[in-house]
Order: sequence, then structure tokens, then C-alpha cells
Amino acid sequence: MNDPQTHEPDHLEIKDLAVSFDGFKAISGVDLALKQGRLHFLIGPNGAGKTTLVDALTGLVKASGHATYRGKDLLSLKSHQIVRAGVGRTFQTATVFEELSVLQNLDIAGGVHRSAWGMIMARRKVPTYVEEALETIGLQDVSRRPAGVLAHGQKQWLEIGMLLVQDAKVMFLDETVAGMSAEEREETGELLRRICPDRTIVVIEHDMDFVRTFADIVTVMHGGKVLTEGTVAEIQANPQVQEVYLGRSAEGTAHA
Amino acid sequence: MNARVMAFKAYFPLIGIAILALFLLVIAPGALSSFRLNNLGKYCCYAIAGVGIGLAWGRGGMLVLGQGLFFGLGAYAMGMHLKLEAAGPDAVPDFMMNFGSGVLPAWWAPFRSGAFTIAAIVVIPALVALVLGLAVFKRRIKGAYFAILSQALTVAFGALLVSQIKYTGGQTGLNSLSTFFGYNLYDPVNKKMIYMITAVILIVMLLITFQLYRSRFGEVLIATRDQEERVRFLGYDPANIKVVAFVIAAIMASIGGAMFVPMAGLINPREVSALASIMLIAGVALGGRATLLGPAIGALVVGYGRTSLSEAYPDQWTYFLGAMFIIVILFIPNGLTSVIPKAWQALNRRRTDIKEVEAV
Repeated sequence: MNDPQTHEPDHLEIKDLAVSFDGFKAISGVDLALKQGRLHFLIGPNGAGKTTLVDALTGLVKASGHATYRGKDLLSLKSHQIVRAGVGRTFQTATVFEELSVLQNLDIAGGVHRSAWGMIMARRKVPTYVEEALETIGLQDVSRRPAGVLAHGQKQWLEIGMLLVQDAKVMFLDETVAGMSAEEREETGELLRRICPDRTIVVIEHDMDFVRTFADIVTVMHGGKVLTEGTVAEIQANPQVQEVYLGRSAEGTAHA
Repeated sequence: MNARVMAFKAYFPLIGIAILALFLLVIAPGALSSFRLNNLGKYCCYAIAGVGIGLAWGRGGMLVLGQGLFFGLGAYAMGMHLKLEAAGPDAVPDFMMNFGSGVLPAWWAPFRSGAFTIAAIVVIPALVALVLGLAVFKRRIKGAYFAILSQALTVAFGALLVSQIKYTGGQTGLNSLSTFFGYNLYDPVNKKMIYMITAVILIVMLLITFQLYRSRFGEVLIATRDQEERVRFLGYDPANIKVVAFVIAAIMASIGGAMFVPMAGLINPREVSALASIMLIAGVALGGRATLLGPAIGALVVGYGRTSLSEAYPDQWTYFLGAMFIIVILFIPNGLTSVIPKAWQALNRRRTDIKEVEAV
């Protein structure tokens, strides 16, 4: 608690991070500073190492280097410990618990704050933090439905809601708006804006329109390395980026 | 569906437990002969173990093929106490005179105490399950590998019991038991009392499980069963969740085993073998592993089926039992009790259909 780092604003510092699978270097030499209060987008062509980077930071794959958050070395922790340290994530395909209701899904995510005694009790009423999360993600009307019947976009929002209930201060969102309608994207972007100020939000994204509209800062990855980082305007003006990513993506906007 | 109906539905299982309690505690003791009631008591012991299997397997997704191990630990703990009771104070069980040195081994001595025995029935299987569960689930061993491991341990336990005849009575086990905590086992009044204790334990286990299923732990357990990796990202170590369910299941199997001994009047390695373990799990599958009452009812039905079929067709009864499993697993994979909510739903649907028709 007396660690001086806890007094600094929240800040996830990544230094010289590398991941290799059987000698193949999926990512190497990644330095990144993820700061609180801005929507940070992570873009890059397929195979650039975006998801691998997030996997490394959330304990799913082994990595070398340093990743420090609030004085804790994330690379030495297990997935559930990283969650308890305040770092949460979603997956490319929404993985909500389909048999449980929306409310139960949110409630189950609150376990990090509960004692063992609280675990053997049944839910009597909806805790306020669950109510708040439900309101933030706008799923009040379907709160008692099983999560399995939700639309694709709603499932992604539910996942974000679960991260809110967990009180994840750092959120990694993996292709959250993929497959969403234009309207749902808009709503998702606004949702992220609302929850962003007191959190560090990192979004992996392919949809350049979405990135242009909502990004505060963009990191471009290519071939397992960080190519460049900057605002949307800076990124778009960068000839290297145009070459490896935007050029191709501009031609293929139909897929977005 | 409105909230009040939902809240009411949540208590449905309690009605089921009440009906079962009425049957076991009021109807059966009045209607059955002492011999039949004693048999029903044995099925209740399988049912107690079955409730635990329902928790670990049905809700937790751990295929516990070796619950005979824990059933056996409880049974032998109880058997040792009753054997010492039968031998009398300061005396040594008969088989030790025949096969052993005639001196009571030091680890047998504490089982003279009834309180120690009762504590051992709960604590020993809990510790074994804890160590085993941590070793297995922390290493993310699951599915068939876990099933094979648990079955292998049961086989090893059975072999150990047979080989250590000096301490365990070997193949014959612990027999010629005469009293249960001072009560004569041959007195019909005492027999009835032991049956009632067992039936009450079964009801209490069902109530505990009811609470576990509606608790947050129950929700996390299902979540772990369905998406273990996702649970990690809720901040839980799924291994710990599974270990808790596994330990509770082990304690229940042990209590079932312990109560089995005074009713059978003996305990031997066959009663706790791999085959006995499979019979336990078969009952649970038949009744409906993920439901609250299914495992208990399934275990009672299989127990009854075993006895009555083996009386009528001593040679062919196993075929009947096998055929029954094939039919149930093919046509009602979620077990016999899963039919009831389905029928209820169908009935409700018809009712609303009729209402809609009337509204038009």
C-alpha cells in the first residue's frame, strides 16, 4: 500500500515484451504506455500480433519482458490474479454464460468483491453496482432473459457490463464491434466514451470508420512489432502505415 | 414471465424434497416390512452419495467415476467402530486374532471412540478429496483423464483392502457387527431408527444441495462446467471452485457409506469396488445428473431395481439394467426427472395457446 507507484495515475507500462511459439516470434520488442482516460485503439493487419499481445498481458500465453500495472508484474501472475489486479478483457467471440440470465451474468462477475460467505448465499436483491452496470450498458429491458437469446451486439455490451461489475480499471476489448450494425457501433462507441474517463480502455479493431470516429490514440502493429503510435490524423498521414495497412484496408472497406 | 412466478418457481424443488420426505419418513415406514425398509435404507445411502455426484458431475462437470473410494472410506471408518464395539472393550476383532498378531494396530485404537469415528467419516474423505482435487484440477487435468484417474484410485483402494487382511479383514471385510453405538442391530425398533436417521440425512443433504444450487457458488459452478476458461477472467481460479464441489461430494459419499454399514451388517471390498462406483453414477445418470432430485431418485430406483430384478431373474437382471440405461440415455439424455419440467412447460404452453385462442 505504501508503494509510491499507487499514487501515480493508473498506467500500464509495457517494456520489451516478446512472445514466441516454438521459436517463432509472434511479437517482439513491444514498448507501450497505456494511460487512463483515453480510448486507445490497437490496429494492424491480421497476424500483426494484437491479440497475442493482449493474451500475454492477461496470462493466456507466456511472455518475456515487463508489463507493470500498479506495481504488479502482470507477466508473473495467473489469469485470475490479473483480473483481481484490475485488468479485464473480452474475447473476439462473446463468451457470456448462455444459460444464466443477463442479471446473473453481471452478478457472477462481481465475485472479486465478495467474501466466501457471500458465495454460499443466494442473491436476494440486485447489488447497486450491478444495477449501475446494467444501466450503463442499456440492457435493463432484457435483464431477466437468458444471455443466450441476446443479439450479437447485446452480448458484447453484456461483456463490457461484466467488466464494469468486476471494476476492471484496464479493459482490453477484442474486436468488440465486429459484426455489429452501424447503429450498434455508434452506441458501442458512445458507451466506451462514457466509461473511459476513469479507466484505461484498449480496443483491438479492424473497422477504420469506427477507429476514426472514436480513437483518442492509435497504436499500429505490424509483424509482431509496434510500427507507430499517434492520433488518428498522425496515423493516417504516416506513409509506412498507409503502405502496410490503410492502403489495403481502404480498398477493402466492403468487409468492414 | 413475471418476477413473482419466477421466485415461486425457484422453490419448486423444495416441494419435491417435501414429497420425497413424506414418502421416506411417513409412508415407507408404515407400509414396508422391516426387511424391505432396511433395503430402502441402503438405497438411501446410495442416494446420499448420488446427491454428491449430482453436484460434482451434473453441476460441476467432473465425471467422478470413483466415488466408491469415498463411500468406502466412510464405510470402513464406521465398520471399524462397529467391529470394535462388537468385540467389546479391550478386546481385539476376531479376524485380527486369525490373520494378524492379535494386537490392535495403533491407528485402529481411536475408532473405539464414537465421536472420533463420526469426525473421521467427515474429515478423512474431505482431506483425501482436497489433496487429490488440488493436485488434479490445479494441473488442469479434466474430462476422461480425471474419470480414469478416479476410477483407478478406487481399484487401488479395493486391492489395498483385499491385500491388508490383517487390518481390513481382506475379501470378507468387516462382518458380524452386532451393535450401532450401543443399539442392537437385530432389534426391529433399532433397525427402524437407523433407517430413519439415514432418510433424514438424505433429506438434509438435499436441502444443503438446494441451497448450494441457488447460491452464487452454484452459479459459478455451472459457469465453470460450461466455460472454464471464461471463469478465469471473472477473477476465480476454476480449480478452487471444482475442489470445493469435489470435497462436498466426497463427504456425502462417505456419509452414505458410513450409514450403509449398520444396515448391511457388514462391509467388504465388493461394496466399494469400481463396479459399485459405476452403479452409483449410473443411478445419477438415470435420474438426471444436473437436477436436484434426479440423482437421489435415480439412486433409489437403481437400488430397488437391482434387488427386485435380481430376486426375480438372478442371472439376467444385469441385462435389464443395461437395457434400461441404453433406453434412457438414448431417449431422455437428461434423465427421468427432466421429463417433469418438460411436461409442465408443454402444459403451460397449451394453456397459453388456449387463452390466446379465447382472446381472439
